[in-house]
Amino acid sequence: MKEHLFEYLLRLGDDSLILGHRVSEWCGHGPILEEDIALTNISLDLIGQATSLLKYAGEVEGKGRDEDQLAFLRLEHDYKNCLLVEQLNGDFGMTIMRQFLFDAYRLPLFEALIHSSDSQLAAIAEKSLKETKYHYRHSAEWVIRLGDGTEESHERIQKAVNSLFKYHVDLFFTNHVDDALLKEGIVPEMKAIHNKWMESVKNVFSEATLEIPSNNWEQSGGRLGRHSEHLGLLLAEMQYMQRAYPNMEW
Amino acid sequence: MSKNDWPLWEVFIRSKQGLNHKHVGSLRAADAEMAIENARDVYTRRSEGISIWVIESNNVYASDPSDMDSLFEPSQTKVYRHPTFYVVPDGISHM
Repeated sequence: MKEHLFEYLLRLGDDSLILGHRVSEWCGHGPILEEDIALTNISLDLIGQATSLLKYAGEVEGKGRDEDQLAFLRLEHDYKNCLLVEQLNGDFGMTIMRQFLFDAYRLPLFEALIHSSDSQLAAIAEKSLKETKYHYRHSAEWVIRLGDGTEESHERIQKAVNSLFKYHVDLFFTNHVDDALLKEGIVPEMKAIHNKWMESVKNVFSEATLEIPSNNWEQSGGRLGRHSEHLGLLLAEMQYMQRAYPNMEW
Repeated sequence: MSKNDWPLWEVFIRSKQGLNHKHVGSLRAADAEMAIENARDVYTRRSEGISIWVIESNNVYASDPSDMDSLFEPSQTKVYRHPTFYVVPDGISHM
């Protein structure tokens, strides 16, 4: 059971860590000052979640690894984040769509995880849920405004939907890890989360006049450590300091 | 950003239950909802508030600085409007 919980915490923690890092790339480059601050706040929330989740993962693993070692000293295939979060920022529409598809998944997931039989995980979920509610509100509002905005904003965010939608199946990946944890009441049924996600996406897209792509291209493998080429480059930058100056602190 | 796109909003924050909303600054946003969200990020990230008001700056009608003399100067010579001519009895504190 311990290794299953460890694996599951890596999925949650790595999602927060990698998306937090991606969103942080906007710092100083936001389209307007207000949005620059909003994106940076979201990024900091996510990195804070990653800190709690990976810290707990290290404790569960029991091999003496702390959150920093897990964040900065693993190899690419040891990261269990979904493919969606490692995708490039692209334009603002792409970043917002990536965030929305992720938030719409994270929100019902944390809402369910606060009832986890694992009290530590439940506590982290409760804290993260408050942040995620705001992230969802922020990204959903933007999707609606960009989708139902000008001709150009509509075109651009529809393009973002078309290129990101194929990664959504990866969010709802489950295997024996989930089955075992579900039996213990530690994690919720993923199918219910998927349904809620679909409902949010449909509602927001209809208000935003956006279309779900008619093809059913799918790409997954993130939970098994099979990533797109973007993750390696992200890690190279994120891990540079810790690799160049082992054990450095600041 | 292009100034002709988004209106300017004045932001008011209430710091505590029972206190007034206070003007803290202004920002640009596409509409009122987004102005609230931006205000939350720009002005309350260090726990400054529990309530936010936004008002489109266009809707604020302000006094004209050139009217300053006629509006505000007359009261300067009317010190009797301040309640400073009373003797406060002993035992009354916080006056």
